Amino acid sequence: MLFKIVWSKVLHKKLNSLLSILLMVFGIGIISLVLRIGKEAESSLLKNIAGIDLVVGAKGSPLQIILSAVYHADDPTGNIKLAEVNKLKSNPLVKKIIPLAYGDNYQGTRILGSTNLLYDQYKLKISTGRIATSALEVTCGALAARKSGLKLGDSFLSSHGADKEGEKHEDDKYRVVGILERSGTVMDNLLITPLESIWEVHNHKNEIHDQDDEITAALLFFRNPMGLMTLPRLINEQTNMQAALPGIETNRLLKNFGSGIAMARILAILIVILSGISVFISLYNSLKDNRDEAALMLTLGASRSQLYLQAVLEGCILTGLGYVFGILLSKSILFYLNNHLAGNYNLIINWIEIGRDEIYLLILALITGIVAAAIPSINLYKLNISKTLAEE
Amino acid sequence: MPIEIYRMIETQSLKFSYNPHLTFNFPDVKVNQGENLLISGKSGSGKTTLLHLLALLQKPASGKIFLDNTNVELLSKPELNKFRAEKIGLVFQKNYFVKSLNVMDNLLISPYFLKKKADLELIKHKATELRINHLLQKKTYELSGGELQRVSILRTIMNKPSLILADEPTSNLDDENCEHVVQLIQKTAKEANSALIIVTHDQRLKTIFPNQIHLENAF
Repeated sequence: MLFKIVWSKVLHKKLNSLLSILLMVFGIGIISLVLRIGKEAESSLLKNIAGIDLVVGAKGSPLQIILSAVYHADDPTGNIKLAEVNKLKSNPLVKKIIPLAYGDNYQGTRILGSTNLLYDQYKLKISTGRIATSALEVTCGALAARKSGLKLGDSFLSSHGADKEGEKHEDDKYRVVGILERSGTVMDNLLITPLESIWEVHNHKNEIHDQDDEITAALLFFRNPMGLMTLPRLINEQTNMQAALPGIETNRLLKNFGSGIAMARILAILIVILSGISVFISLYNSLKDNRDEAALMLTLGASRSQLYLQAVLEGCILTGLGYVFGILLSKSILFYLNNHLAGNYNLIINWIEIGRDEIYLLILALITGIVAAAIPSINLYKLNISKTLAEE
Repeated sequence: MPIEIYRMIETQSLKFSYNPHLTFNFPDVKVNQGENLLISGKSGSGKTTLLHLLALLQKPASGKIFLDNTNVELLSKPELNKFRAEKIGLVFQKNYFVKSLNVMDNLLISPYFLKKKADLELIKHKATELRINHLLQKKTYELSGGELQRVSILRTIMNKPSLILADEPTSNLDDENCEHVVQLIQKTAKEANSALIIVTHDQRLKTIFPNQIHLENAF
């Protein structure tokens, strides 16, 4: 009966209720969206670091090195000599080095040259075919295959650089020998090929490969954290290469990203407050206009706390419904992003999960409803039944 | 057959004042179970004030009220609220309802507040008699004034009250309806075995009720 009374009131004031609910929907929806995207972006970025301790590239911006060699979202700073990188192998602190060579793309999808170590490092599994082992063979990332439409056995010509419209290498055709399973890392968006392919395509005029072979970057893994203390300085000072730490650069990236997220969050909290005010006004007006109704209920045996409870429940229903639809809104947007945009931004969003943030938001919504209802309802305790009913 | 006389309500020298210059001294009111009383008076005579005192909506400056052998002075505020709802059925001059609820729920709301089981048989029977049984699922704002008044009459007996108090129940009615409504209220009170007090300035009712108190102006 209590719920029936309150629900009938919500329905009775359709437009007021709708406004309160809508404001809550947008407030909660935006906060939930922003929190989730922020969190997923962060975990996605951190996941893509994949245990890489240090990246070595040509002299230039460390952030650019990380963006190109770890996130595969920027151009390399330049080329470095493979021989020079290999010298680092003799350092006892270095456990493993994975060379990366960039050069070309197929219809905007990057072709990354590397060694078999790459597959182990990113835990890549073959879905169909096999891993590319010799020059001009390509293993296709799952999303890259979907985007480019490449299938097992297809051949294609690459374009120079990372630019789709770059000059085509007419002579050397790549061949797809395998498609990878989706790994949830940036590797999903790449075409992976042995280093030799890159050299072959670019150096075919002088057929001899020797210590002049160039790569664009190398991923370094240390035996112990001591490497972090000594190797970056060693590389920056004693070689003409640049060392970049993925952890530091990623944090810098997240910090910039974070301020945008913080702005959006403030905006959303303002909308939630607005929704609270709307609930407040709606309940304030209805309690003012329906004082006779409250007085009537008191004469019919309702206690003042029962009426108070009704008002608070009404506030909670309004904001609670706003919460439910807000979460649904944010989930459907995430679902859309996941299916249409994730590939472009190397983000894989976990859109189904209800996390701790959503629980906090529910509490936030309900508190807004309780506070917005509780304040105008204080007047219920001051209501003079006799005076109210004697008024014409 | 001997009839047991049971005193439902009794007041003793009730006084009420809004300010030092305006004090009402009310005549004592005594009504037995199943009996009727008409309280009449012009506006300004303190009719509404007396009604609110009898309805326990206001406290007198002095004097005592006994309702169903309970000295209401001794009840705490929350007790008084429940006691009033249980013992008194009110018909207001204006038709007060919970607008968002339908007629049936408006009837059930009082038993709900008092945590009592509503007598659905009684509602069915009485609603048919009052010719409102086809309106039970409608919202109250869809009903005419006359229909609403009949719903109010039915609402008074939902908790089987000791006393039914009606405030100007006939002031907006023509002669024919006036008599009809008074009869409905009388019949309802009699069936519920309640005492009935009607407060009015309507001269037409004077010929109907043998028991009357006329309030003179204060001062």
